[in-house]
Amino acid sequence: MFRNQYDTDVTTWSPTGRLFQVEYAMEAVKQGSAAIGLRSRSHVVLASVNKAQSELSSHQRKIFKVDDHIGVAIAGLTADGRVLSRYMRSESINHSFTYESPLPVGRLVVRLADKAQVCTQRSWKRPYGVGLLVGGLDESGAHLYYNCPSGNYFEYQAFAIGSRSQAAKTYLERRFESFNESSREDLIKDAILAIRETLQGETLKSSLCTVSVLGVDEPFHFLDQESIQKVIDTFEKVPEEEEDGGEAEAEAAAAPTEQGGAGDQDVAPMEM
Amino acid sequence: MLLILWGVLIQFTIPIDNGDALKNAEADSQRTLYPYVTGTSIVAIKYKDGVLMASDMGGSYGSTLRYKNIERVKAIGKHSLLGASGEISDFQEILRYLDELVLNDNMWDDGNSLGPKEVHNYLTRVMYNRRNKFNPLWNTLVLGGVKNGEIYLGMVSMIGVSFEDNHVATGFGNHLARPILRDEWRADLSFEDGVKLLEKCMRVLLYRDRSAINKLQIAKITEEGVTVSQPYSLKTFWEFQAFHNPTAGAQGSW
Repeated sequence: MFRNQYDTDVTTWSPTGRLFQVEYAMEAVKQGSAAIGLRSRSHVVLASVNKAQSELSSHQRKIFKVDDHIGVAIAGLTADGRVLSRYMRSESINHSFTYESPLPVGRLVVRLADKAQVCTQRSWKRPYGVGLLVGGLDESGAHLYYNCPSGNYFEYQAFAIGSRSQAAKTYLERRFESFNESSREDLIKDAILAIRETLQGETLKSSLCTVSVLGVDEPFHFLDQESIQKVIDTFEKVPEEEEDGGEAEAEAAAAPTEQGGAGDQDVAPMEM
Repeated sequence: MLLILWGVLIQFTIPIDNGDALKNAEADSQRTLYPYVTGTSIVAIKYKDGVLMASDMGGSYGSTLRYKNIERVKAIGKHSLLGASGEISDFQEILRYLDELVLNDNMWDDGNSLGPKEVHNYLTRVMYNRRNKFNPLWNTLVLGGVKNGEIYLGMVSMIGVSFEDNHVATGFGNHLARPILRDEWRADLSFEDGVKLLEKCMRVLLYRDRSAINKLQIAKITEEGVTVSQPYSLKTFWEFQAFHNPTAGAQGSW
């Protein structure tokens, strides 16, 4: 995208009918570290890559609990994401207070989208620079939505946003048809495998990712490091153990972790 | 300080000067102090398939039984039934609030809908908030419904007290009907048995509550929906010996 004379203001249209400021905001989402969401009929898993500013600092929190039945993963300007998470928590708790009942995620997402739209139509505002993957439950089961800075929202079976998310999306595209009937464990495994795609060769460790689950009989919560590592261990072999040969879990032997180091975003991920 | 004395809402404020007294009188015209046209008891029970709610069709103007065709039980949305005793105009106002609520809920058009639990809690919030402003909606409301197989029955009073139970009653019903229900209610009542039980309660109320009239409706709500019966009357028996010559023991009295 190149600079042009129509991109100074969010209230200026380009002759081709585009709002460049909004599109630039969507670029900001692509700069953030990856966040992934997938859902089955009864569960939603949100996962993110833990990126830290430096070795000295802690990593940024990208997944937030909105309510027992709603969670959100963000990518982009995390400050904007925090503010929107606070808005979502507020809406959710106000609804619970008045109706003693959980706010259906579909309705929350529409309010969020309308809030984002306002910022695309006021000269004194700027669009939120954050993409949100909202996972939650309502009467019809589990849902996953993606909210865009443009004010649009879409429902997904699975989605990935942020940097190197294309690799994860490709992985998900090949598997998504089975997700609806997936068990909770398989869904978590797929989420972690999708995260691995975005790492482009770095060894997958539980300290590198955050995983959260929510489901019909399971309130939103984060998986602890141990549980994540256990899932990783079922498909990652530590390089020294290569000689032990094929274990029962024939999937993904050590070789793939070395191949992935190509670093090229368009390399097709290896068969699982 | 809020005090309900002999059915009248009294607010204790001490006017500092005459200006305040005038302000008080004006302020009083902005809030409900006492009810004018009132409905008497509602009696409701859970039964095997849902909820049954009975009320008579009377609207009293003080001690005068002025209106005899008031429907005090109404359907709310797809899943709920609301019955009210107390000020009829406030009941109508509540129906307007709920109409708006249900309309907005339908406008979402998204497969989610307000169930009886949500409506009950919404009403509790409304009643309690009005009470806090010293301007209550002078009703005791009964909210019953069925959604996704769950049968719900609850009550909210004019001061915002709210709770759920297997059987509820308002006003005189609390004193005359509930003891009967405590003895005879069962979870697996059939529709016919439920109606019989309610009629037993309503008959007692008819005999003993002077604001009751012999024209009642029974409403039923199940997973399938709401049905409100046509108005009908109960058979009563006045040939008890005690009524034949009531002044036998005290000549000259009536």
